Formats: sequence, C-alpha cells, structure tokens
Amino acid sequence: MSTSNAAVPLLACENLTRRFGGLAAVQNVSLALHPQQLHAVIGTNGAGKSTLINMLSGEMPPSEGRVLLGGLDISGWPQHRRARAGLGRSYQRTTVFPEFSVFENCRLAAQAAHARPWAFWERADTCAISGPIAQRALKAAGLADVATVRSGTLSHGQKRQLEIAMCLATEPRVLLLDEPLAGMGSEETERMLQLLARLKQHHAVLLVEHDMDAVFRVADCITVMVNGQVIASDTPEAIRANPEVQTAYLGEDQTAPAGVEQPH
Amino acid sequence: MTAPRHLIVPALAVLALLLLPLGLTPYTTDLVLKIMVLAIFALSLELLVGMTGLVSLGHAAFFGIGAYMVVVASPEWEAGNLAVVIAAGVGAAAGYALVVGALSLRTQGVYFIMVTLAFAQMAYFLFHDTQLFGGSDGIFLNVRPVLGPLDTGDKGQMYYGVVGALAFTYALLALLRRSRFGHALAGIRVNEQRMRAAGFNTYFYKLAAFVIAGALAGLAGTLLAIKDGMVNPELLSWHESGAVLLMIILGGLGHLRGAVLGAAAFTLLKELYATPGLVGDFLASHWQLTLGFTIIAFVALLPKGLIGLFERLRGAKP
Repeated sequence: MSTSNAAVPLLACENLTRRFGGLAAVQNVSLALHPQQLHAVIGTNGAGKSTLINMLSGEMPPSEGRVLLGGLDISGWPQHRRARAGLGRSYQRTTVFPEFSVFENCRLAAQAAHARPWAFWERADTCAISGPIAQRALKAAGLADVATVRSGTLSHGQKRQLEIAMCLATEPRVLLLDEPLAGMGSEETERMLQLLARLKQHHAVLLVEHDMDAVFRVADCITVMVNGQVIASDTPEAIRANPEVQTAYLGEDQTAPAGVEQPH
Repeated sequence: MTAPRHLIVPALAVLALLLLPLGLTPYTTDLVLKIMVLAIFALSLELLVGMTGLVSLGHAAFFGIGAYMVVVASPEWEAGNLAVVIAAGVGAAAGYALVVGALSLRTQGVYFIMVTLAFAQMAYFLFHDTQLFGGSDGIFLNVRPVLGPLDTGDKGQMYYGVVGALAFTYALLALLRRSRFGHALAGIRVNEQRMRAAGFNTYFYKLAAFVIAGALAGLAGTLLAIKDGMVNPELLSWHESGAVLLMIILGGLGHLRGAVLGAAAFTLLKELYATPGLVGDFLASHWQLTLGFTIIAFVALLPKGLIGLFERLRGAKP
C-alpha cells in the first residue's frame, strides 16, 4: 500500500463479517483508510460492497468484527454518533429531500453538528452557523448556482453532486461514497472525477464504484471483493497485474472489465 | 419581507375572536369556545402528523388525562388554583406522552399507529373502570379554578383566557416550525434515514415532538374540563383520537391554519347535523351518518383539505 507507513489509519475495520441467515454477505473484511487517500472497493453485484459501507457508517450492525475511527473502537456507536464524529456517507440511490431547496438540503445536513434544537425562537433558514457551511459545501460540489432551486427538479447528475455536497456539509473527515457515478453521462462523470480528486486532498475517501475506468484513474489503493471476501488489496498497478483478480472477473462473465488487462 | 403579511390573517382572527362575544348569543359564544379548545387539540396533533409525519391514533389519551387532572387537582368544594390545575394537566399529559413516546417511537408506520392506540385504550380503561375517577359516568368539577383576580367560572374571563391559550399554542408552533428543531422534524418526515446519516439523533427529535404534542393536548383537555365543568372517560376514547385526526385532515395537513379551520369545520358540521330544527328528527339522530358522508366527500373532492380550497381559489384568480 502506498501510505501504509502512516501510524494510525483514520478509519479501519478488522475482520468485519455480516451474515444474513446462512449467507455471509461480508466475510472477514479488513480495511484501512488514510488521510488524503482514495481507497476504492470494487467487485461484482452482490459482492457485499454496500453491506460493507452500511457496517462502516453504522446503518447495520456487523455480525463480527470491529470498526475503528482514529484508533477508537466505534463498533457500538449508532449511525448519528458516527456521523457527528466525522464519518460522512452518500447513498447509491439518490436520497436528497426533493421538496426542499438545494441550499436547505445542505443546511439541514450542516445543522446536525450545530443543532441547538431547544432554541426554538431562532430561525433555521437564516442560521448563522449552518448557512455558511452549506454555502461552502455547495461551492465545493459545484452547485452554488442552483442553491435556490427545489432539489427534486435537479438533473440526475446534479442530484448525485448534491448527495456529496450534503455529505460535505456535515464536515466529515472520512467520506464513504456508494457509487457516486451510477447512471451518469460521460460529461457528468468527468466533473465528478475532478470533484473526487479535490475531495481527496482534505479527506480520507472510501469509494465503492462499478465504473472501472474511473476507479483506476482516481484510486490510490484498490480492494477487490468477490462473494463477500477480499481477494486482493493493493495499488492500481498491482491490482491490474494480479492474476487472481483477472480470473475472478473472467470466471464471472468471460470478459475482463475495462482497465484490467487480458491474461496472455 | 413576507413575515408581516404572514401575520395578518392570524392577527385578524385573534381580533375577531376577541370581539365576537359582543354580538353573539351565549350559546354561540360557548360553541366558539369549544371550537377554540378543539383547535388547540388539533394543533397539537398537527405537530405530530403534519410536521413530523407521525400518525398517532391515541392522541385523545393526553387530552383526557389533561381534563381529568383538573378535577384531581381541585379541592372538592373549593376553587382550585388555576396555575396548579394547568400545571397538573399539562404535566401529567406530558409525562404519559414521554412514556408512550419512548416505547411507541421504536416502531414505525402502521405499528406506530397500533401502539399509540393500545396505550390510549389502556388509559381509557384505567379511567373507565376505576371508581376513584368516577367510572364510566365521570366526575363533576364543582367549583372552577381561580388565580388571584382571575376566575375561570366567569364566562367572559374564561373566553378571553382560551383565546390567549389558542394564540399561545399557534405562536409556539409557528416558531417551532421555522426553527432548526422544526426543520429537522420536516427532514425526518421526508427521509429519516438520511437525517441519521447526517448525524441527527432522530429518536430524540421525535420523542421531543411527541412530548410537546402531548403537553399541548393536555392543555386543551384542561381547558375543556374547566369549560364544561365535568369530565368523563369518553374524552380519552379512540373516537376522540379519530375525530381530531379527521379535523386536521379536513383542514389540510401541513398547515397550522388547516388544523384551526378543520376543528371549526368539524365542530360546526357536527352541530349542524345534530340539530333537529335544521335537518329533521331522523337525520339529527343519525348525525354520524351525514357527517361521515360529508367527510368522505371532502376528502375525495379536496385532497389537500380546506386550505387547499383557498389555495385553489387564489390560484384561479387572474
């Protein structure tokens, strides 16, 4: 791994396992995320990538294993506590609040860390703390121009950007992004990749993604999952040359994904 | 700014309510008083259903508990202290709401509806089957509470007191709605999972809303008991929970004005259909039937409630 010399990873999981009845959706997965690093998790449908993110973000308790944030065991923390401790996540299915404005979507996310819910006489829409944070997040995600638009009317690509903006508005240290490129056109994908490259400078990013071309362009480290297990975790170059990864992909559908070299 | 314009209608409504008794018969004044009390009750449920998206079918429990506390907190043959009576009614309702909310908010959707109903039925049978609380006949309040020069036994003072309580409830909820707390409740209504992912402890927010709604329902119940001078277990019955739910649906969910309008419309329709001089003896004795059909017609023709009707009329103007 390129930054394996860093002392304590920002986010790590150890031997995470999640069983649904007899099926092990995720089995014995260990990962380490470092600041200023984009760590991608790839794998076919049903490989357990989303389940992994759900366990890291606290949406789903693991059957076994631990999650560590800056060396601190947060396995028992509920999702909202993890979010306030700096774990931000975006969703594969767009989950913005369609009836609120783009700004209000972000402001509400920013409010979580500065809630003061008892101060019922203070107006939310002119909140002096969450407002500016939301503006910054919108600017970072490239949505400042559409701040007043109802978010339900945004294009698909813009909704995906808003997902990330809402995540940024919680001022996280770690970003867990679940397929941010899903369903995007090439131009939108390009914009999102530039955004991801910028985000990497200030965050540790875990990226779950299907688009192999994109992953190999932006990732510093790639973990490959098959049937809930990690079969390889290394730099993009090493993953590209890994025979096990090639067989795993070739064995599934007889075609190598873009970016993975054909075996000779 | 739109803020002053927003205040025009509520301000005019308060003014009209203050002047009304001058030109009305005692009967009509009493009817307006009843509507105002039920409007407070409906507003309290609007906080749960319209603002937070929590459909409760047991809201009458808090209303009834507030009402019973008036009699419990008053000496039998002397006037009770109004401050103590209101504190007892609101406090007991809020306390029960804390218990019911803490348990029922662990469920969602139709299960939440059933659990709130079950807790309300428990409270209903406690008052219905215990002789301490007068059993199924209820109890009379012999002397109405006073506080210094204020005497709720005086019709005029009682009327203006209830206008004040309605204005207080409306203003409190209007403030809550635009506050960070209110915006968080709106977020929970739309997508609770996303709110948790942002870092909100949504359980705490829902519980706070549930307790505030219970306390305000308790206030409404307290006022009703003082107005009527008696309480009975039917105040806690699921019919009452259903009626208040109908009021806010009739008025239009998602608007505070809808809750007030709905309470007025429901009470007036009920009064109209139960008056033999207006609809004949047969229909008057079966007022539930005509009221039921009217509500079905309302819901079918005005899915957004009476508020939706006003918006449509405003939109139709060039």
